[in-house]
Amino acid sequence: MSTTPAPAPTNQLGLTRQDYVGSKSTLCPGCGHDAITTQIIQAAFEMNLEPHRVAKLSGIGCSSKTPAYFLAQAWGFNSVHGRAASICTGVALANRDLINLLVSGDGDSMSIGLGQLMHMIRRNVPVVYIIEDNGVYGLTKGQFSATADEGSTLKHGDVNELPALDPCTLALELGCGFVARSFSGNPKQLGVIVKAAMAYEGTALIDVISPCVTFNNHESSTRSYKNAKDHELPLQDLGFVPYYDLDEVDLAAGEAKEVGLPDGSRLTLRAIREDFDPTDRFAANKAIHEARGRGELLTGILHIETGGKTLHDYMHLVDTPMAHLPTDVSRPGPEILAECMAELM
Amino acid sequence: MLPTSALSKTVESRSRVNDFSIEVATVNGSGSQTANIVLMRTIFQMGVPVTGKNLFPSNIAGLPTWFQIRASARGYQARKQEIDFMICMNPETAKDDVAKVRSGAVLVYDEPLKLDALRSDLHFCPVPFQKLVAAACPEPKLQKLVKNMVYVGVAAQMLGLDLAEVKLAITKQLHGKQKAIELNQGAVQEGYDWATASASPQDRLRVERDHQTDGQIIIDGNSACALGALFAGVTVVAWYPITPSSSVVETLADYAKLYRKDPVTGKNTIAIIQMEDEIASAGVVLGAGWAGARSMTATSGPGISLMSEFIGLGYFAEIPGVFVNVARVGPSTGLPTRTSQGDVDLCARASHGDTLHICLYPGSMEECFEFTHQAFDLAERFQTPVFVVSDLDLGMQNWACRPFTYPDQPLDRGKVLDAKALETAVDWGRYRDPDGDGIPYRTLPGTPGGKGAYFTRGSGHNSHGLYSEKPEDLQELVDRLKRKFLTARTVVPEPVYAGSGGPVGILAYGSSDPAVVEARDILREAHGLETDYLRVRALPFTDAVSAFIRAREVVYVVEQNRDGQMAGLLKDFYPELATRLHSVLHYDSTAIPAQTIVDQIVTQAK
Repeated sequence: MSTTPAPAPTNQLGLTRQDYVGSKSTLCPGCGHDAITTQIIQAAFEMNLEPHRVAKLSGIGCSSKTPAYFLAQAWGFNSVHGRAASICTGVALANRDLINLLVSGDGDSMSIGLGQLMHMIRRNVPVVYIIEDNGVYGLTKGQFSATADEGSTLKHGDVNELPALDPCTLALELGCGFVARSFSGNPKQLGVIVKAAMAYEGTALIDVISPCVTFNNHESSTRSYKNAKDHELPLQDLGFVPYYDLDEVDLAAGEAKEVGLPDGSRLTLRAIREDFDPTDRFAANKAIHEARGRGELLTGILHIETGGKTLHDYMHLVDTPMAHLPTDVSRPGPEILAECMAELM
Repeated sequence: MLPTSALSKTVESRSRVNDFSIEVATVNGSGSQTANIVLMRTIFQMGVPVTGKNLFPSNIAGLPTWFQIRASARGYQARKQEIDFMICMNPETAKDDVAKVRSGAVLVYDEPLKLDALRSDLHFCPVPFQKLVAAACPEPKLQKLVKNMVYVGVAAQMLGLDLAEVKLAITKQLHGKQKAIELNQGAVQEGYDWATASASPQDRLRVERDHQTDGQIIIDGNSACALGALFAGVTVVAWYPITPSSSVVETLADYAKLYRKDPVTGKNTIAIIQMEDEIASAGVVLGAGWAGARSMTATSGPGISLMSEFIGLGYFAEIPGVFVNVARVGPSTGLPTRTSQGDVDLCARASHGDTLHICLYPGSMEECFEFTHQAFDLAERFQTPVFVVSDLDLGMQNWACRPFTYPDQPLDRGKVLDAKALETAVDWGRYRDPDGDGIPYRTLPGTPGGKGAYFTRGSGHNSHGLYSEKPEDLQELVDRLKRKFLTARTVVPEPVYAGSGGPVGILAYGSSDPAVVEARDILREAHGLETDYLRVRALPFTDAVSAFIRAREVVYVVEQNRDGQMAGLLKDFYPELATRLHSVLHYDSTAIPAQTIVDQIVTQAK
């Protein structure tokens, strides 16, 4: 008697979840970033992303190493510190058919790369932009970053006296149409948010609190697992219906808010603790500030707004990717040069 | 010792027909640029070789500015220090302007300035501008602009310019704005008529019709670079405004509006994006180059400084991109509106660690066009950032030249494996060197088929693109990059040689060319010194460069920077030839004149 193991489930492309993994992580055991990687793999699998169409982009830092750990069949680009946003803008301009997945950290995005992040949001560059936020520089061994909470302490006792920068309120201010916060210790919520971001057009910013087990997981840290767990306040019970499953699901009616995403997927948001409208940018800003005042960590979809212009609209580009334009389109003929020359005579 | 001869006497005794220089001193923001270009264009239309140089301040309005026009029957295009015909329109600088002209020069000025009290050896021409302007233009608001056209009329009459050609030049310059054309033509007529009736005539400086410029165009180097990019099929352009390079992309954008729109949808077949700074511009260039676009930026020295980290990434991770550097005077802010060749080192070695970049040094308008075009082929062939090293003198000044030739050869997109090629590729590794030329094969994101994906990183990597800190992997990588750089010797533009195989050489590059051409004539005619000339056009240096130096006792390296940056590079590459190299340097922020080269060579040769 022999049993053949059940075949691994496949997605609509016939790929297994294994087809979406990357090389083995070299981060510290227990690092929150690895939990995020797991959700990216799962979401890409469920969303039927064609690996070869994915551009995995990052800057420098622990978080920026992670694109090597998922989607081995996708092209990766680990660039320079704080500048992945401009690389991504270039990729988007060159080939609008690519799906951009950018992983950054709080130092990479909110300190050295703050300017590029802001301008990327302003241009609404199509990308899932994940900030793996632990409040410290891990790779340089534990200095404060700009998202470190005021009053937070380092392992050896140094206190951060500066106020924290918040990527979510910043993104709201800049007009970002998809702003979310999650926690690497809340995989269910994170998974839905990542899928929703993949279904979105334009810049989808996800700030994920991701504790650094080595340098910022101590008792007095505000970014420790314990602290995040104790103070996390999920806004919604999130549900996600992928674009290909619409017919088979009976969407819950009533109190759940439902948002149609550009690729046809539906996001359902069932408010948990308060009457929160994720389509109201100003209310979101207020809620985040108030929660912070109470020492709470609001997680969930903080803001979503579809239908905005993206980089491609602003640039008025043809549908064919710039990288694929045939020469007879990209290079004017000799008669055009003759015309230019005549004008200068 | 060189034979001495009184050069100045030789020049003085030469006929001044189609051989003199005009300088116009004005205030910037007064609209004088149009008038000056009309004056220059008129001489050009009369078939006489002419160049124009605008010496302008880093300011929008109110500071002194000068425009120099040189007519030269012998076709010399370098800046000339001696001024034969001065037009003083700026009271603030008038005293200095009068002091600097040569003895016997013509001085046109606004009558109330009473400049004839300052010197007695000039041909004075006081013009009642206010009266003439009022007659030509009753509207007070426009009088300031029209005033400039009055001096054009006066100069035209005194220099024997064909009035019909002046009017044609105005029509050309004002692009069909009929009312403005009529107003300006009227002002020219007013000045011309006044000079006919009242100016004290002079016949020493004259323009006579010639045919040397027949069929030529007038263009600036930045426009030539823009055209080079356009006809290279550039698809992504990222930039940040900086003098003196901004007009590269602005001109390209103007052409793109005409020639890079989809005829059906009206949508763009080129992405031109103004970024938030030069760092982000470089990021877009690399991101787009990595994803398969032909990408470029144009900037100046401070921009290259900011881009340097990305340029190092492009070098190390092997990503194509074209970087046009229109050099200005540094360090720091320096003189943003003045010229230098101070970025030779910066471009050759931009970024930290061992970096060496392919650099092209255009020395003419044709080369600004051709080299920008070629830079795209080189960038993709060698999968690396490639620099077009221009400068303000080339980029922003007006030059007459032959029309450009259409680049007929197909675009060289380099070693790119598509899905089909990947099917049969054996042991492909992103950074493997199967051909032994240092150039690996790359793949583009989005290539279907499940093969060819790789991870690009600025950190240490092995020949398959995997992270590596192994000493042997690192050394293999940097050695291959050097090998790749040297492979470029076989395809970059060869130097241009002129001479007869004598013992004394001059080596120069870029915008110093016109001054060297003229200096060689002066050295021969006035000093009896025959020189050979090699104009370097690219880094890496080709074998012709070392052969030229090796075959000569002494080689004067002419450049427009303080430290002899090109000489330094030559000494690095050919240390055994170092003692033969002697620098001839000009770095006061003006374009190098021939006489500077002559004087320094004569002094060093003694």
